[in-house]
Amino acid sequence: MSRKLLLANDHIPGIQSYEVYRSNGGYRSVEKALKTMSPDDVVEEVKKSGLRGRGGAGFPTGMKWSFLAKPEGVPRYLVCNADESEPGTFKDRYLMEHIPHILVEGMITSSFALGANTSYIYIRGEYFYVARIVEKAIAEAYANGWLGKNILGTGFNHDMYVQVGGGAYICGEETALLESLEGKRGNPRIKPPFPAIAGLYGCPTVVNNVETIAAVVPIVNDGGDEYAKIGIGRSTGTKLISASGNINKPGVYEIELGVPVEEFIFSDQYCGGIANGKRMKACVPGGSSVPILPDYLVCKTAAGEDRLMTYESLSDGGFATGSMLGSGGFIVYDENQCIVRNTWNFSRFYHHESCGQCSPCREGTGWMERVLHRLEKGMGNMSDIDLLVEVAKKIEGNTICPLGDAAAWPVAAAVRHFRHEFEHHVLHPDKVKDPKHGHREPIMPVKPQPVTA
Amino acid sequence: MSLLKVTIDNKTIEVEPGTTILQAARMIGPDVAPPAMCYYTKLKTSGGYCRTCLVKVSKGSEKDPRPMPKLVASCRTTVMDGMEVENFTSPEVVDARNGVVEFLLLNHPLDCPICDQAGECHLQDLSYENGKSKTRNEFERRTFEKIDIGDKIQLHMTRCILCYRCVKVADQFTPERVHGVINRGEVSEISTYIQHAVDNDFSGNMIDVCPVGALTDKTFRFKSRVWFLKPVDAHRNCDKCSGKTVLWKYGQEIYRITGRKDQWGEVEEFICNTCRFDKKAPSDWTEEGPRKLSRHSVISQGQYGAKTKFVASPVTLPNKQLS
Repeated sequence: MSRKLLLANDHIPGIQSYEVYRSNGGYRSVEKALKTMSPDDVVEEVKKSGLRGRGGAGFPTGMKWSFLAKPEGVPRYLVCNADESEPGTFKDRYLMEHIPHILVEGMITSSFALGANTSYIYIRGEYFYVARIVEKAIAEAYANGWLGKNILGTGFNHDMYVQVGGGAYICGEETALLESLEGKRGNPRIKPPFPAIAGLYGCPTVVNNVETIAAVVPIVNDGGDEYAKIGIGRSTGTKLISASGNINKPGVYEIELGVPVEEFIFSDQYCGGIANGKRMKACVPGGSSVPILPDYLVCKTAAGEDRLMTYESLSDGGFATGSMLGSGGFIVYDENQCIVRNTWNFSRFYHHESCGQCSPCREGTGWMERVLHRLEKGMGNMSDIDLLVEVAKKIEGNTICPLGDAAAWPVAAAVRHFRHEFEHHVLHPDKVKDPKHGHREPIMPVKPQPVTA
Repeated sequence: MSLLKVTIDNKTIEVEPGTTILQAARMIGPDVAPPAMCYYTKLKTSGGYCRTCLVKVSKGSEKDPRPMPKLVASCRTTVMDGMEVENFTSPEVVDARNGVVEFLLLNHPLDCPICDQAGECHLQDLSYENGKSKTRNEFERRTFEKIDIGDKIQLHMTRCILCYRCVKVADQFTPERVHGVINRGEVSEISTYIQHAVDNDFSGNMIDVCPVGALTDKTFRFKSRVWFLKPVDAHRNCDKCSGKTVLWKYGQEIYRITGRKDQWGEVEEFICNTCRFDKKAPSDWTEEGPRKLSRHSVISQGQYGAKTKFVASPVTLPNKQLS
């Protein structure tokens, strides 16, 4: 049985309310940090824990915190990135909806570590009802003396605000989020300077994902060393995975990093296998931005080792035969799903969400979307497939923010692993004209193929 | 402060701290300077959007010799001591730049034959140097309605490449923010707040900073091709600006007035709308002499007395043909 840290009390009725949360050991980390630790001690614990950013990039949180500039007389800010909009990812919503106080608690403890007297929670526009839940939790925390002036008599002042975004995916990029928070158009900034030097209102700022901030609570409670015991290698602790697609039990699961992918998909404790007794065809292990994996590379790496749910194991083999853990949006496809259609769907999303600031992403995402649409509708030709690869290559790495990469990777990976299916769309346009193609019978039999990088 | 040594395409120069790679490259000369569509020296925070100035940093600095993992925008990356940069010598950079030019031209109408900017268009130069001869885009290009920004400027959004230069002009020269970008992604659009006219003495500089024909001078639209005109440096006593301009003349008639542009296509000094739009009589100006143009500029090809073969037949202006 996997150990749970964030969702340990999820089953308790009424855990959303302050009283129940507090009586189950809530806000212990604030007490411990404020009364017995110095801010640097907390940063040190987080460093020891090996916690890595849960928003997708996996950057070590302790290191990020220690980069924060600390000039005299300038306020510092902590911003929580709750603009979770990646297709396939819904873990932050679950956490905020079910245990909002763990986020508030983590925010107070983290702000203390960073010396921030003001913090913001930036929630995406579509999560309006979640913002209400978090606002209620913050009001309860104020009422019970966990926020405001002179918290617990330690002289630490802290104010927390919720800001609801307008529903743009790009505002999940940290600098675009800060622009949006300042009331401007949500365009990513050009880095450097990084937010740790000049972030919100030009002041040093740390932007962390909801889950990262929540994970600070068990780290401070039990100590960083204890947290680091969970997991394998540089992937420590637990991770929330939002599993969706053609599986028997979709939902949010908290796993210890290092669980084999095979176990995660097929064991009854987690996803419970592929729905309707079908075969697995492909898997996107970390949200729509990461490369798709064909069935024969999901549970085993190219070298034949078991693939584990860790940052390292999932990216084993680079982009040729690997993928990324990303934000933990685990999407499984069965044999009836059309990869071209899925790629087009992702591409349409990135086309819609591109901010339009830099040229490769603005023009390239639309181009890829139109070419994929043509292929999907059976009106494409063979040269379109190579065109897609080339356009993706021209976008990748040449943009201001990672949205360009995120748009290019899934397309490039889909063509790399499922070229035969793209070709099938070109060769048999009559078969794919029906929008439900593949639903009754597999488009093509799933056949393992060796991949040459 | 000690000077920093930077090598661009095997040419070394010492520059002051805080200089960007692009500025350093321009100091060395046009042989190594990357093209720039959105960066403008005199506009703060410009640059970084168009990605044509991407370069490869093959050595970060003397202290940290690791190369940078990705291509960087040279207009927004400051130099470090001992940095080594590859621009035209790196096939990777040239390839990426070709890609960017293809993206810029993807939805551009390529209506150069009827565009007033033709002949002094940066996108024209850029696509001549880096573009493909044939587009691979088989889809309909996006189009927009023409918008009048005030009575003197016309915005033709279809040609725009979203370099944000005009937005920076409006931001940095006007007190109220009425000019900006609306919508996002491919359909983002330069716009004035609910079609407000940009009513400011310096709004005409948007025309000068626009690298393409998206913002054009309505007093000059369809009057003449720029290469038929003779640029003459001139000045007048102006209480709003320096009054140093270039008159674009045909015979004694002044067709249009612009700021003085340097070899990178950037104006030396911004000029006011009175000088630009209202003073079209030769008696308003003190002429200083013909403006020096690059020998390669298409504008220098149509000059009287230029060292090109003189065409004996008289040149007829398009508007005179019409009348």
